[in-house]
Amino acid sequence: MELTLWTYEGPPHIGAMRIASSMKGVHYVLHAPQGDTYADLLFTMIERRGQRPPVTYTTFQARDLGGDTAELVKGHIREAVDRFHPEALLVGESCTAELIQDQPGSLAKGMGFDIPIVSLELPAYSKKENWGAAETFYQLVRGLLINNQDKVSDHNPQRWKEERRRPKVNLLGPSLLGFRCRDDVLEVQKILGQHGIDVNVVAPLGASPADITRLIKADANVCLYPEIAESTSIWLERNYGLPFTNITPIGIGATQDFLKEIHEILGMELPSPPTEANSSRLPWYSKSVDSNYLTGKRVFIFGDGTHVLAAARIAQEELGFEVVGIGTYSREMARRVRSKAKDLGLEALITNDYLEVEKSIKDSAPELVLGTQMERHSAKRLGVPCAVISTPMHVQDVPARYSPQMGWEGANVIFDDWVHPLMMGLEEHLIGMFRHDFEFTDGHQSHLGHLGGHSQKSETSTTKSSETTIDHQGSDAHIPRWTSDGESELAKIPFFVRGKVRRNTENYARQVGCKEIDSETLFDAKAHFRA
Amino acid sequence: MSGATLLKETGPREVFCGLTSIVWLHRRMPDAFFLVVGSRTCAHLIQSAAGVMIFAEPRFGTAILEERDLAGLADAHDELDRVVNNLLERRPEIRTLFLVGSCPSEVIKIDLSRVAEKLNHQLKGKVRVVNYSGSGIETTFTQGEDGALKALVPLMPPSENSQLLLVGTLANAVEDRLITIFKRLGIEKITSFPPRQSTELPSVGPGTKVLLTQPYLTDTARALRDKGAEIIKAPFPLGVEGSRLWIEAAANSFGVDNSLVQTTLEPLIIRARKAIKPYKEILNGKKLFLLPESQLEIPLARFLYMECGMELVEIGTPYLNREMMDPEINLLPENTRIVEGQHVEKQLDRVREKHPDLVVCGMGLANPLEAEGISTKWSIEMVFSPIHGIDQASDLAELFARPLKRHDLLSSKQFAKF
Repeated sequence: MELTLWTYEGPPHIGAMRIASSMKGVHYVLHAPQGDTYADLLFTMIERRGQRPPVTYTTFQARDLGGDTAELVKGHIREAVDRFHPEALLVGESCTAELIQDQPGSLAKGMGFDIPIVSLELPAYSKKENWGAAETFYQLVRGLLINNQDKVSDHNPQRWKEERRRPKVNLLGPSLLGFRCRDDVLEVQKILGQHGIDVNVVAPLGASPADITRLIKADANVCLYPEIAESTSIWLERNYGLPFTNITPIGIGATQDFLKEIHEILGMELPSPPTEANSSRLPWYSKSVDSNYLTGKRVFIFGDGTHVLAAARIAQEELGFEVVGIGTYSREMARRVRSKAKDLGLEALITNDYLEVEKSIKDSAPELVLGTQMERHSAKRLGVPCAVISTPMHVQDVPARYSPQMGWEGANVIFDDWVHPLMMGLEEHLIGMFRHDFEFTDGHQSHLGHLGGHSQKSETSTTKSSETTIDHQGSDAHIPRWTSDGESELAKIPFFVRGKVRRNTENYARQVGCKEIDSETLFDAKAHFRA
Repeated sequence: MSGATLLKETGPREVFCGLTSIVWLHRRMPDAFFLVVGSRTCAHLIQSAAGVMIFAEPRFGTAILEERDLAGLADAHDELDRVVNNLLERRPEIRTLFLVGSCPSEVIKIDLSRVAEKLNHQLKGKVRVVNYSGSGIETTFTQGEDGALKALVPLMPPSENSQLLLVGTLANAVEDRLITIFKRLGIEKITSFPPRQSTELPSVGPGTKVLLTQPYLTDTARALRDKGAEIIKAPFPLGVEGSRLWIEAAANSFGVDNSLVQTTLEPLIIRARKAIKPYKEILNGKKLFLLPESQLEIPLARFLYMECGMELVEIGTPYLNREMMDPEINLLPENTRIVEGQHVEKQLDRVREKHPDLVVCGMGLANPLEAEGISTKWSIEMVFSPIHGIDQASDLAELFARPLKRHDLLSSKQFAKF
């Protein structure tokens, strides 16, 4: 039993719903009690869809349990098929139905329908949403292709040359409730098109069962989101010889590497020098003198595996940040994130406990947090700017405008999304510098409201109280006292580094056995840590 | 006797389960913690329904069952013990712990009452542990509050004194207002259940007269009656008329002079009717369809028909307690269609066929209906908004008028095409 106050991922059947709702012509009969119907709002409210998810819930009740729940399941399956005429049917159960063991999948298969029926077994007490989505996608692809006899061990991804046509690939993994998938697909499709590569099928997003059976007509697969599509990509490679890409094109370097990878697979020559890189403004914006202040910014990264790995690379190689913490809630991606952390000289945080993440953010004292909506809240409490880079999905993560994460445009979006919260910090700094000018009367609200406001009194005192708590917890009972001279010097320091300076100065004072901190101690400490 | 047509329907339902009540119950009693014994689905449900991300540490959580808890029940009981002790250690401010049963815990028959008993023994009154079920195989949405309150009834101290007990969670400001009005009528002792602090439970006994503020407290009412309390029969305090009848019923049962009641309420009623008027102009003659969810559907329909002139196409209700709802049903027009239970697909077919001007429904259904050009109102808003009492009647009307007003605002020729 695990105490959970909030969870990054839903149960695995939510993953199955993501696949079913992403597609056309698929219906999902879910053996589940009425409360489980809440899941519809994830799609109609958070993703703001104008259609209900194609899901029939059996909504069995306690009084049904004494009777024949199997008959009840069959009734709902029959009605769903009659009403919705799906081209393929998914049948599964949620956590409660798993305990009753009605085996709705086998029941459905015995009902004599002439449509493909895919039975889903998603262990609700050990697995989570992304696993459920990956498993559902894999079972569906397998179920729809299994009778296909075209199993080719001699698949040649370069056959397009002989057939005198353009090469074509599948884009695998984009789904509803996935981070910016809608726009990533458009961006990747556009970039591939510029390189003369066509897209055969995008799946699951927008695909029909008929499209799934056409997957094997492609020359290769592009695995856009390993969390969702890796198992399917591996299966398609093993059974049909379709090679797949391993690099997620998020960031300039990764997009470049991705293009190299797909060109190699398809036997194409990647044009060099990479003129495409110029179509993103990130490299120039990052090199421009304005971005000097980004140098060495301490960033903490947490989210799903794919976006965390991509963010770490961009942060380090493309924006000149220092990654001071990295972690993921995706257990399936833990190995990869751990290895990335090791490269960065860090220990990866693999957890589903947001309070543990919050503590880790606090301990690593970052200047920017790249995380999920939950880290946005944690960062707000800690007074640190934050940009959201990953699911779980929030209505704000489905913007009206085009805003991919992948490709050249994705890099533009990332530059803006990550740098703007920091720029705000810089503006706050300027306000701080000029706060004694007559234009800035006390109590003036900045656009950051209470958060970054320059009213230094509350600012320093809140920091102080949180620091005091930490000091009490520390083994060293000696707490140096700040003189009013020291406090006023500290208040001149921009708020977003003030906490760090306070901590460093106190550490220094302890080390040298100084009981009072005045402005001189603060300058001594600054010099000490610089040295 | 009214001529409402009562129908029953079965099939796939689209409603929340009783766990959802935790979302407002935990706010009412800030010293209580709600621990759901359930699955990841339960945890995900509550956080999705509440949209909770803003709390550092919320006062509710889920003890998520794992594979090994299913294998041995004895171990599951011990595990729960461990989780509770960890929780209480971390949250010393908790005074009352609700162990909340869920679908999976009910199916594998975890005996939460036994766990609660054992914990009460261990904790020696430092924290009170009670249990109830919010499972979706037994309860719908607001019924969770019924279960939670019923679980507290045995802990209420006995009393013979005459008092008015308001039962059901209200917004604090609304509750204060209603109490002020009862005080003006000379009713001196007024208590509320649930209380604002879980440890300050009101007393109950033969002198207690219970006035229900919410229509979904069937079991709690029965438990209070078993303690000797009298349940005052009345419509529910939604809208001017409902609130007036509700206050009058209490006043009568306390023998308050009728002229005092009239002179006290009259100015409030005149003011409220005036405030409703602009919304009535929008709502009058418009067709209303209520899908079952919050159990507030019948009182809301009564208000929107009587005071706002709406035409009732269909009133869905998750379940129907005749005894409790009779005072409401009697105020409805002849042949009002009340459908108990749900077949969500057939019901949506009827919505499309009748094309109402406004549909009251759950969050999962609202946008799909909006996309078909039908204005909607979330039923969950009714349990979060201060809507009870005469003074709130115009706010209640406004909640329903807003989507219609918006619909009109956005229906210019050019814009509607998109």
